[in-house]
Order: sequence, then structure tokens, then C-alpha cells
Amino acid sequence: MSIFVNKDTKVIVQGITGSQGRFYALRNRDYGTQVVGGVSPKKAGEDVEGIPVFATVAEAKEATGATVSMILVPAPFAQAAVLEAADAGIELIVPLTEGIPAQDEALFYNRVKRNHPNARILGPNCPGLVTIGECNIGFIPAEVALPGEVGIVSRSGTLTYQALKELGEKGIGVSTCVGIGGDPVPGTSFIDCLSAFEKDPATKAVIMFGEIGGSAEEEAAEFIAKEMSKPVVAYVAGVTAPPGRKMGHAGAIISGSKGTAQAKMDALTAAGVRVGLNPTEAGDLMAEVVKGL
Amino acid sequence: MDLFEYQGKQYFARYGISVSAGGVADAVEDAVAQADAAGYPVVVKAQVQVGGRGKAGGIKLAANADEVREHAGNILGLDIKGHVVRRLWVEHASDIAEEYYASFTLDRSAKKHLAMVSAKGGVEIETVAEEDPTAIAKMHVDPVDGLTEADARKLVEEAGLNPKAHDGAVEILLNLWRCYTEGDADLVEINPLILTPEGTVHALDAKVSLDDNAAFRHPEWEEFAGVAQIDPREAMAKAKGLQYVGLDGDVGIIANGAGLAMSTCDVVNQVGGSPANFLDIGGGASADVMAGALEVINADAAVKSIFINIFGGITKGEDVANGIVQALGRVDIKAPIVIRLDGTNAEQGREILKSYESDKLISVPTMVGAAEKAVSLAGGN
Repeated sequence: MSIFVNKDTKVIVQGITGSQGRFYALRNRDYGTQVVGGVSPKKAGEDVEGIPVFATVAEAKEATGATVSMILVPAPFAQAAVLEAADAGIELIVPLTEGIPAQDEALFYNRVKRNHPNARILGPNCPGLVTIGECNIGFIPAEVALPGEVGIVSRSGTLTYQALKELGEKGIGVSTCVGIGGDPVPGTSFIDCLSAFEKDPATKAVIMFGEIGGSAEEEAAEFIAKEMSKPVVAYVAGVTAPPGRKMGHAGAIISGSKGTAQAKMDALTAAGVRVGLNPTEAGDLMAEVVKGL
Repeated sequence: MDLFEYQGKQYFARYGISVSAGGVADAVEDAVAQADAAGYPVVVKAQVQVGGRGKAGGIKLAANADEVREHAGNILGLDIKGHVVRRLWVEHASDIAEEYYASFTLDRSAKKHLAMVSAKGGVEIETVAEEDPTAIAKMHVDPVDGLTEADARKLVEEAGLNPKAHDGAVEILLNLWRCYTEGDADLVEINPLILTPEGTVHALDAKVSLDDNAAFRHPEWEEFAGVAQIDPREAMAKAKGLQYVGLDGDVGIIANGAGLAMSTCDVVNQVGGSPANFLDIGGGASADVMAGALEVINADAAVKSIFINIFGGITKGEDVANGIVQALGRVDIKAPIVIRLDGTNAEQGREILKSYESDKLISVPTMVGAAEKAVSLAGGN
């Protein structure tokens, strides 16, 4: 078991004939993911190493039965790509593209939510997600991770990899690892992932990596206190970040007294979450939690 | 990108938002010329991106050319909380009957836009929010629907604006909404939005923060780019396409990924050191990018040691190592470097670095261990 994706999940890639689209489509297929098709209007009818290319998402879905689309088109075209996927009935839309204008993100998130309430967007500007040993969609290097009982959810790309590594080094297996992305309007929140992990019988504990900016970690803390029975370990990056400066991610900015790492760690601690001061410490805390399961 | 007041007013004007007649001046005599054109009395305003300009003596009323000369002379070169005034905005002084507040920004928790209007303008909205939260009318705006005229009217009524100001405020709100959405801003704020004794409504200040991600569809933003006040280290990094934020410490940081870069700064701090910067080189770590990053760090005289923290996800360890080696051949680095290389093919990468290791290039396998080494080399702890 796992959350969101598994070995039966069929995936198409929007932008498959671009250099990134091609690279990750093949890499994900090598992992074992069922990459069943791609979309590229000008190259319809061709194939990418055996993966058929279609003109539209609707055609690709019709021909392959895909339920998930990974989007790797340039930022100016991302909004149209997300809306096309949703209109075609794709259930999980994963825009990996970075640099999408915030106005576009806000618009496509709300439009998809209104017209297709059952569709989920993961990202944009996220590393993707992987159910270990079954299905990898996106950038996460999961070849060395072991399948197991810990769920991972993280806002940042490389910190997602770091989380996998910290657990891997301690021999701790992972069920599903989700990178929700650091942009201002993430389609999938910490709470969405925590809630799914809580319901997933294969996941026994969750590790979450947050960062400065916004209030997603505080909201997650509130959810954990009220709704979660499974143990949670957390780490929040950006203790040393100065207020008012964007730290790479569009979302990672401390505004006024809000969004500081300390406030987030305090909220999580108060919710019964064990908080590590760095990724390694969080890994050690999870090792203790796993021992007690 | 945060705009200066005068740029914000120019941007407002594009969207039909009424602002006072005025112009920019970089020298005292320019200020007099702008004042003559705008018509006396005028207000001389320091152009710095920091709050509290008025209290610091950066905003002065002038009744004639001599007073403009005196105030412009005093304000140019003034240091306001570390921001030195290089430019003035001189505008015709408005008669003020009442001062209001209006803004649009994204509410990330609600994933919708947030409109705020208040009859209590002219002071910081955070202060109003603390002391009298009911004085602010708030409304979430769904981006799919946009702001309607009925929404705007509801806002000004709820905020308790003078009925004389309603029509003018509604028109400004609708234009401000277009400025925010079509203009791709993260924030637009008018404080104060004024009602004059004659019953007209207009923007007396302009705070605009543009979304850099939308630059591709706004060629007109280029005129704003050159004049922003940034740290020279940041200007150099920006020219090389690197994500850099200057900090006050002495351990230079290079990492791949924003989260890892932040985390690296934190770990350096935890082991008793102080990061000199945040620097994210992004997903790849080619020799060009690494050399560029090392050049930026090397140009910072405060840096006593450099901590390169790379988690090779997609990028393979040997590519990262080769990048570092090539970069070292191109740049003469002053401070000792500590490298933590992890992830895909990290062992092959470390093998490549081995023959280059010295007391100026040290490889440490873990993040915390490498941070400790870098901090000790910087002389801390």
C-alpha cells in the first residue's frame, strides 16, 4: 500500500519531446513506472523510445487509460497544460515546471478545483512523488531507497532527497515520498499528504520537512494535533533566514513576524511532533520512533 | 522585485489609477525643476524601499523653490535605516480630507486573492490590524471570478469610507485589481488613498511588488530593473543567474536546491558559525555554474571558509566533482573549501576530488561534519 500512486498507476508526460520531458520519462520508466504515453502537439504519431506521442491529453488518455500526467513544459505554457489535463479527466496532475507566475498558479488551482473537484494537482515547481519500488513520477532519485513503513512529505526538492537518504542510511524503509513544492499556491498541501498517510495502512509514521514562509507548517501542526494517530517527526529549514528576503523558492519568505522557522517548530512541537534541528537529527528521531513501532 | 514609490506610481498610471502630478529628481536643481512643473506647494519624498521615511526626515513639504532646494539638499544622501537616498520624487501637494488604505495580495492559506480596504489609512496596516481589526474590510477574491464592481462597492461600504468617496474608491479598486492581476504583482498597496476636500479620490503613495516569474510577459519591466538597490554581491550573482542572498557571517555557502541551501546555513549556525550568504546553484552543477558561484563567494572579503554542500540527485557525483575541479582551475580561491558531496555516485565523485585534496580543499562525507570543519576553518567555535 501507499498513497496517491502505485505499481498499477499509468502515467503520461506532457512535454515528452522536450529534453527534460524525454529524460525524466525514460528515467521514471527505468524505475518501473508505467509511462504509457506522451503529449506533444507537433510530434503526434511519433514515439520516444517506444512511448507513443499524442497530440492532446484527451487522445493520450483515451488510448492508454492513464490517470496521471507529469507536466514538463516551459513556464509560459504550464497553465494551459494543467487545464488541458484537468479537462481531459486526469486525476493527478503533476506540474514539475518551475518559474510559473503566481497569478497563473492561483487561477489554474481555483479553476481546476471548481470544474474538477476530484482532480488533484501536486506542485507546481515540485520534485514529484515516488512509491518506493513501484512508481516514480518526477525528479526524486529513489533507486537506493528501501520500501517500508515511513511516509515522507517535503516542501523542497533536495531536502526531499536528503530525507530519503537519512532514512536509507539507517535502514528505514519508505512507503511513499511526496515533494509538494515551495511555490505560493501548492495544489497539494502537507495536510493532504498527512491525511492520506493517516489512512494508509502501510504507513506507520511520517516525516515532514518544511521551510520558512507562509503558514502551511502551522496548519499541518493543527491537523496533526486533532486528526493524526501516527507519530510525526519534522524538520523546518530556514532558522537563519533574514525577514523579507526570498530564499530561492517563491514561497520561502518571512513576512513581518509571520512564517519564521522558530514559530513553525514551536507549533509542531506543541502538536506533539518530534522536531529535529537539522535533517540528520530528524532522521535520528525517526529511527527512535521506528524502533518503538 | 519591489518597486520604488515613483516606479509604483508610474505603474499605477498605466492602469488608470490617479496619482499626483510629479517627477523624479537625482539632484537639487532637478528637484526644483520638477517642483516648478508640478506646481507649488510640493512634497519632496525620499525614494528608499524602507518604512518610516517620514519620521526619518525623508518627506518634506515645500511652499517655494527655496524650500525645495533646502529640503532636497538635506534629503539626498540621507541614511534611512541603512538605505542612502539617491533619488527624490517631487509631487504637487494634495489637500487631504481623509486618509484610507487599499491593497491586494495573495492569501496563501486560502489560495485566493485577498482585498483589504480600511477607513484608517496613513498608518501601517499591521498596526491597524492589531489595534482595531474591525476597521479593515477584507474579502477573498476567487481568481476565476475576478473582482466585480459589486465586490468593490461592498468593500468600500464595509470599510466605512465617506459616502463622497465611494464612487472614486470603487473605480480605483477596479483599476488596482487590474494592476495586480494583469500587471502580475505579488502585492499592490495604496496607503494613504486620499479623499480631497473637492471630493476626488487618489493614490498618495504606491507600494508594488512584481512577480519576477512573470517577467517574460512584461518587457516594460526592464526600465525598473537597473535602478533597484541591491548588495553588490547580489548584483554579481544575479548576472550569473544564481540565487544569492547576502548574510553577515564568514562561512561562504554553496548548495544545490533552495531547501538544502537554507538548511546548510542553519547547520553552520548550529555548530557555532555564521553563514556569509545563501547561494542556490540549482539542480545541475556544471563547471560553469560552480565557477560562477565560487567567483561570487570569492569576491566577498568577509568569507574565511567555503562550504560546498551538494546532494547529487539527478546530477551525478562525478559530474559535480569534475565541475569543482574545473572551477578551481579557473578561479583563484582565497579561502579554504570544505566539500560535502552526497547522493547519486557520490563515491566516484569523492574519488575524483581525492587527488586535489589539500589543506585548501577538504572533503567531509556528512553535512554536519562538513559544517563543523568549515566553521573551525573560519576561526569560529
